Amino acid sequence: MLKTFAIGGIHPSDNKLAANQPIEYLPLPQQVVVMMSQHIGAPAVSLVEPGDKVLVGQLIGEGKAFMSANIHSPVSGVVTKVDMCRDIAGMPKPAVYINVEGDEWLSTIDRSPEIKYECNLDPSQVFDKIKEMGIVGLGGATFPTHIKYAANDDRNIDYLIVNGVECEPYLTADSRLLVEHATEICIAIDIVRQARGIAHAAIGIEANKPEAIALMTQVAGRFESLEVVPLKMKYPQGAEKQLIYAITHRRVPSGKLPIDVGCIISNAGTMFAIYEALQKNKPLFERVVTVTGKGVKTQHNYKVRVGTSIKSLVEFSIGEIPGSVGKIISGGPMMGKAIFNLDAPTTKGMGGVLIMNESESVRQEETTCIRCGKCLNACPMGLEPYLFSALVRHERYAEARQRNILDCIECGSCAYSCPAHKPLTSEIRLGKAKVRAMMPKK
Amino acid sequence: MDVFWISLLVLGLIGAVFALLLYYVAQRFWVPEDPLIDEVLSVLPGANCGGCGKAGCKAMAEAFVKQGNMEGLRCPVGGESVARKVAALLDCSPLVTEPQVATVRCSACFAKQPTTLYDGLKDCAFVSSVYVGDGGCAYGCLGYGNCVPTCQFGAIKMDQERRIPVIDDDKCTGCGACANACPRHVIELRNRGVNNQKVFVRCVNQDKGVEARKVCTKACIGCGKCERTCLFGAVTVQNNVAYVDVRKCKQCRKCVVECPTGALVAQNFATPLKSQDSD
Repeated sequence: MLKTFAIGGIHPSDNKLAANQPIEYLPLPQQVVVMMSQHIGAPAVSLVEPGDKVLVGQLIGEGKAFMSANIHSPVSGVVTKVDMCRDIAGMPKPAVYINVEGDEWLSTIDRSPEIKYECNLDPSQVFDKIKEMGIVGLGGATFPTHIKYAANDDRNIDYLIVNGVECEPYLTADSRLLVEHATEICIAIDIVRQARGIAHAAIGIEANKPEAIALMTQVAGRFESLEVVPLKMKYPQGAEKQLIYAITHRRVPSGKLPIDVGCIISNAGTMFAIYEALQKNKPLFERVVTVTGKGVKTQHNYKVRVGTSIKSLVEFSIGEIPGSVGKIISGGPMMGKAIFNLDAPTTKGMGGVLIMNESESVRQEETTCIRCGKCLNACPMGLEPYLFSALVRHERYAEARQRNILDCIECGSCAYSCPAHKPLTSEIRLGKAKVRAMMPKK
Repeated sequence: MDVFWISLLVLGLIGAVFALLLYYVAQRFWVPEDPLIDEVLSVLPGANCGGCGKAGCKAMAEAFVKQGNMEGLRCPVGGESVARKVAALLDCSPLVTEPQVATVRCSACFAKQPTTLYDGLKDCAFVSSVYVGDGGCAYGCLGYGNCVPTCQFGAIKMDQERRIPVIDDDKCTGCGACANACPRHVIELRNRGVNNQKVFVRCVNQDKGVEARKVCTKACIGCGKCERTCLFGAVTVQNNVAYVDVRKCKQCRKCVVECPTGALVAQNFATPLKSQDSD
């Protein structure tokens, strides 16, 4: 019997269309727009000015605030302007525009393909390096990794959990990394585990990736205290609280963090980025992006330099965007965001571009709640989505807060299972924002 | 007949016992309340709109009496007449402020045909967290009307065609509920001019001129012509958007003539300007 989490969850068809497509390199674009806020927290402060020449991997934005991350140039070329750009939602965000010239890397970056096992950094250096290289959580939330592993925290942590679940339908970026870079990921896990003094490490992989499970199990056997845990398929298993329960049977209490139950959790993609940062001295400036969809003929996993425009990525992948396309989504179908502005640049947090046909993308008309309770059964946090919907519509935010609306992880399981097609997740998100606004500032 | 007398006696006794109990409780737990509170409450408008920042008129009356003067407490709905009545009751000097009126600072031109079809939750606060809105302007009105139901005075209506709230200046009391409900802060409370005459910048777009023009034909592009034209220093440009300071503006409307995009507007003037559109 495979492990999984206890409460709720849904079973959308996984549609891993690009699962067998090896990672390809996307040709360099002519221009990149590197956003200064590709992470949760304060935007990085730009260090370059128009006219400056930059090399691949050069620091161009410094994360000065506590909650921030460094940004490095993904290309070599000349900075044309430091200005606002529009993100996928069309909102103006600070960015650096770079015209690409050649592909000249910083000499400190080790570009050789051979795998380096030994790490000669001492523990504090490991996390300084992670900070310096601008590593953020690549599962989608883009939380700066060095803060998560903050070395001066004295709480006892005994489990390092690596998220190889990739429960979002369609996306295959992480599973490709697991298959193609199993050893590198294991090395990174081992270094981080030892540097942070954690007893166990486990990597959770869902059962729909047998190739990755077999390979990882074989590779992990060569490392100390590293376990591969095959998991039963269920969405949202990749959410941190659900994954922690599935692997350790520990429950993270409401309002607490994984660290409060002795766990630290990182994405498999993040681990690969940590490997490159520590062993190859390579900052985080490119990532794997799945370009997929039922409506398109070819499925791809690309290694993309951040700052490449989404439009050029999609057009390189499928050619001219056909008229039958209804929606293009950044991320997966469950938690991804529909892209308003296709000219927006890719960012560190973007794991996939999902191209949906018009027939797939139109919402069905909302009808009245019939109190069937499907959302209750689906909610992995044990909440009452239908009730939140009513409370938010009547602006009864205090009650919503009492019923733990802030515990919602916005996984979309309730809206997915609602036979009345109510936009439950949207309403809860609105309610969360209102409740947070009501709460006194710390 | 016995049943009748017995019932009367029993019920009468029960009634008497409870009456005594209630009388005792009322005496024992009587909280002395300043009778002034009720008097102040009776002169307040009683709309419970929350425009003063208190939970309702009763809370405002309590605050008045507790403080003993009017400093920092203002009923925007009641205006000068209520302020004078309250001041008379409190025996202090009245705090008279300019009456205000809500002003929508967006032309909602939706110049570009929407490139996207939004079929999600129709709520301004939610939409503004998801994307910039149909028009592509990251600052302007979204047109889903969160402000309309907040108005206790029926002063806001949605112009369905242009998808922008229209404020009835005569009904608006300046309580500010709509301004608080707007996630984009498009609605501003401005001092009410003579005959409701207003000169203001009908745009809050902070983008540079080129960017602003891309999404809206009537956007303020921050060119600064108005700033240079104004003889009274009432117009200033900050963050690429002009602002008319009501206290300094003499309503000469020179800036309105100069504005190249029509973002600066004059409303409710008896004599229209030639380059000004009628709304």
